[in-house]
Amino acid sequence: MSTQAPDQKVPLEAMQRQEPRRTRSRAAKRWAKLPVHLLIALLLVVVLYPLLWLVLGSFKTQQEFLNDPVWSLPGSFNFDNYVEAWTTGNLAVFVANSLMATLPSLALIIVFGVAAGFALEVMVWKGRNGVLLIFLTGIMVPGQMILLPLFSAYFNTGLTGTLWPLIITYTATGLPLTVFMMATYFRAVPREVFEASTLDGASIIRSFISIGFPMVRNAVFTVALVQFFFIWNDLLIALTFANNSDLSTIQVGLLNFTGQFGTVQYGPLFAAICLNVFGTLAIYLFLNQRIMKGLAAGSVKG
Amino acid sequence: MQSVLGDKKALIILLGPALLVYTLVMLVPIIWSMGYTFFSGNAISGFTFAGTDNFTRLFTDPEVRTALSFTVRYAIVITIGQILMGYALALMYVFILKKSSNIIRTLVFFPVVLPTVAVALLFQKMFEIAPQNGLVNSLLNGVGVESVDWFGSSSSSFWVIVLMDIWRSMGFYAVLLYAGLVDIPEDMLESARLDGATGWRLIKNIVLPLSMPVLLSSIIFSINGTLKVFDSIVALTNGGPGSSTTPLTLYMFRTSFAFGDYGYGSSIALLLTLLCLIVTIFIFRSSRRDLTKD
Repeated sequence: MSTQAPDQKVPLEAMQRQEPRRTRSRAAKRWAKLPVHLLIALLLVVVLYPLLWLVLGSFKTQQEFLNDPVWSLPGSFNFDNYVEAWTTGNLAVFVANSLMATLPSLALIIVFGVAAGFALEVMVWKGRNGVLLIFLTGIMVPGQMILLPLFSAYFNTGLTGTLWPLIITYTATGLPLTVFMMATYFRAVPREVFEASTLDGASIIRSFISIGFPMVRNAVFTVALVQFFFIWNDLLIALTFANNSDLSTIQVGLLNFTGQFGTVQYGPLFAAICLNVFGTLAIYLFLNQRIMKGLAAGSVKG
Repeated sequence: MQSVLGDKKALIILLGPALLVYTLVMLVPIIWSMGYTFFSGNAISGFTFAGTDNFTRLFTDPEVRTALSFTVRYAIVITIGQILMGYALALMYVFILKKSSNIIRTLVFFPVVLPTVAVALLFQKMFEIAPQNGLVNSLLNGVGVESVDWFGSSSSSFWVIVLMDIWRSMGFYAVLLYAGLVDIPEDMLESARLDGATGWRLIKNIVLPLSMPVLLSSIIFSINGTLKVFDSIVALTNGGPGSSTTPLTLYMFRTSFAFGDYGYGSSIALLLTLLCLIVTIFIFRSSRRDLTKD
């Protein structure tokens, strides 16, 4: 998009410049734009300054926090707070737990969800609309509705005390949206493609693996990212099934973070928030283009 | 052809796992949870039959009334805020920034992907008064205003939560609505401009009606998310001061896990689920009617 923009703009601007009845001078035009620029500047300050404040805070010592004004710069940029948070604050354990809960559930969500979306949209059978509707209701039901029975079930089967309850619950709660979004994406693939592969003698499973899945690869990628953020940022399920410091995910760990130190240790806390915030931000920035496109396309078509 | 596309064995292989996990971990627990509403006790101490006690309690409990009223107030205020801010930003992206909106869009989207717990802790520190002033109180002091104990009263806590959640989510709704706005055909806007519609009139008469579908799906999305609010409030105020900022979700969580009453907890969860269901169906219905009228 950005590469096309300049080409399109040049002739337009050239046309405007040649227009004879143009009364406003350039300076006046610039003044007219001032409110817009101020508005954008204000917007950026509101969005970005808290994050900047967070970064600066993560380098300050406890003394600087208590004695200096809040907008002062830290005396030196060293990573003591980060080391403290990572080791004494157990952040390393929390991050490992989060990864061990998130990645397996993400893989299961994608494999199950894409296959189900394919079965619901491409395959022809009675009752598929009903099944899709059943999946849809799952998007609306709040997590609180399933917490207690699951807690009893995990308790009785002895899964409590491991990360399995998290993996199982995340997989199930991630499925409705994934199935729904994948069904929507498969709707956009022309049916002729699968009819042709069937005529060529491919079984439906073969069609799914060699044609269906590769054709919606970008959509799969988008859905995976959305689900990653949902699971990674979840608090309710993690708080219910892994509320013990060995199993804490990063969000639960962060919530109880001040407890680790007794009194509030601002530096390590800011460093821990910072790691959490900029870790996710880095993933987002790295994959920005795709997630934006995917989010927009998926939500509007749905 | 039909036999291949409707192959039963393949259907079981493809749909089976998802349906099985979904049924076992979501559908069965939903039914099971409804069963809990007739009992009291919990998984560790055991259950005793309680008849309809939980429902009687649900209708007379003043805590439920507070939580319900907070949830509804929160959902209404945040939904309006999110959609208004998102729509304003989307309009700005489309009509003012035009092709150069990409970088701004990305920056404003930043807070959306950040973990709620981290954002809530950040806001907690920004609005802090003790042991030392946070960013906001320092700014107030700078212009000669006394420090405010933001988390000391229920109304100021409420507005801090509102502020945070709108800050956190406006970028998301902006992108969502932006996608709807760019789909409006350019020649339609052009002909309206030739007919003399500019600024506010152009938006009111042309842009707003045309973006109604995406606006409505945003509202459904927003209200469904806000009725289920949990993590931002747990991390920011933890329901306080007192229980004045406790939504139904948090009250259910406390009842079940702090007081070990699964039966009553399930009743509250059921109330919440019905609330989500009714509101969604209501908006969906009214949107359908409007669309056919046009």
